[in-house]
Amino acid sequence: MNDRILNLLKDSFVQILLPGLEMTVPLTVISFSLGLVIALVTALVQVANVKGLKELARFYVWIFRGTPMLVQLYVVFYGLPKVGLILEAFPAAVVVFSLNTGAYASETIRAAILSVPVGQMEAGYCSGMTYMQTMRRIILPQAMRTAFPPLSNSLIGLVKDTSLASNITVTEMFLTAQRIASRTYEPFWMYLEVGFIYLIFCTALTYLQRWLEKKLERK
Amino acid sequence: MLDVEKVHKKFDGQEVLSGVSLHVDKGDVITILGPSGSGKTTLLRCISFLERADSGRMEFAGTQVDMHRAGKKQVLALRRRMGFVFQSYNLFANKTALKNVTEGLIVARHMDKKAAAEIAESCLQRVGMWEKRNSYPHQLSGGQQQRVAIARAIAGDPEVVLFDEPTSALDPELVGEVLQVMRSLARDGMTMLVVTHEMRFARQAANKVILIDGGHIVEEGRPQEFFVRPRTERARQFLDLLGRENEGGTGAAQ
Ligand SMILES: Nc1ncnc2c1ncn2[C@@H]1O[C@H](COP(=O)(O)OP(=O)(O)OP(=O)(O)O)[C@@H](O)[C@H]1O
Ligand SMILES: [Mg+2]
Repeated sequence: MNDRILNLLKDSFVQILLPGLEMTVPLTVISFSLGLVIALVTALVQVANVKGLKELARFYVWIFRGTPMLVQLYVVFYGLPKVGLILEAFPAAVVVFSLNTGAYASETIRAAILSVPVGQMEAGYCSGMTYMQTMRRIILPQAMRTAFPPLSNSLIGLVKDTSLASNITVTEMFLTAQRIASRTYEPFWMYLEVGFIYLIFCTALTYLQRWLEKKLERK
Repeated sequence: MLDVEKVHKKFDGQEVLSGVSLHVDKGDVITILGPSGSGKTTLLRCISFLERADSGRMEFAGTQVDMHRAGKKQVLALRRRMGFVFQSYNLFANKTALKNVTEGLIVARHMDKKAAAEIAESCLQRVGMWEKRNSYPHQLSGGQQQRVAIARAIAGDPEVVLFDEPTSALDPELVGEVLQVMRSLARDGMTMLVVTHEMRFARQAANKVILIDGGHIVEEGRPQEFFVRPRTERARQFLDLLGRENEGGTGAAQ
């Protein structure tokens, strides 16, 4: 490794990190938050057996788990304009990522809710509480603790998956690295470097997860 | 005070309750006996609407309801006037003993936190669990959990408390402490409907015994009569069987 490459790595590090902070992080945070809300609603209508909505929820999960995210990105960004629905690249990515997260996380949350013994729901009823009151105050807090590790996994997965947004012109980290690579003819070092930056992000999240898990346990 | 009339309940085409009627007066302590699968749990669950009866009427706390058709609001209102103690305690695992008791008062009965805590503390005192009020369920023994569950069931000042085999999940050495709490509730005039296999409790604490078999009430009467001079052949068989089991050493210790 010569000086030229060292300098190149140093310069490009900031050039890649910046879109990381400006694009990858907001894309992940917004999509994951929206995804969690969608997941919670999707899980609840299934667990609560809401007629009609339950079938809709199953259909939605089926579609989004059964098709590649890349295909979904193309459909939303390149396909929908043909039927008159034009989305900018970033919002299009948010739509796809949050719906995807929603589909996967809803299964995680649904399983976590079902893992809480039904007796506690019945005890809630017999304490005079309604279904929603018991769900909100007794069942969900326990379910979310169970769902926390797998949901953290999904979050880490999403950080990496946002690189797919490069395909629909979102200038996040990977697209930036791609451009630098073709400009400098150093694909090996540039792709290694962008991989390393993803690794830093995910490592930080792993530590955050462990710390939060300990805090949850202590309660 | 609580009248249940002709409850029918089928599971998968199999009739589990075939027109059970029950009359409970204020202050009654009624034990419900019967072999496994005779529908005892189902009866209590129909009364508390955890299970929907196929048909039947109920008069409770001054209201008449169709047990099959009762609406959500009605069910909620009725449940707020009864307590239920489960075989498996079913404490809220994410709440301390105290919060287990205050939860229904605050959330369902809209009491302010301070008043709820006061009631909860006095209920926990009644079951001898005040010292453990800040413990979580997993930090308590089965007997302690069940006592907290009893405190939770009586916190809303119910007109009747339903017990479904409250000591069956307990280690034999823990049965006594729970029965003792139930006896003291009975002495204080609590109206109780108790499904149990504890014959000593049925003999000593109850003023009425009901034997259910095959979805029917086959005999009911005062414990002195039921245990000494059962009127039906079925009751005699049931008591014989119990007597033999106890001689075999499987009867729960007190
Ligand atoms: N949710 C259910 N679905 C289908 N069958 C049920 C259900 N609950 C109870 N049963 C059946 O109804 C019958 C009566 O059950 P129940 O639990 O009321 O009996 P029990 O008298 O409480 O018996 P045990 O002494 O064993 O607790 C049993 O044959 C049982 O298998
Ligand atoms: Mg039972």
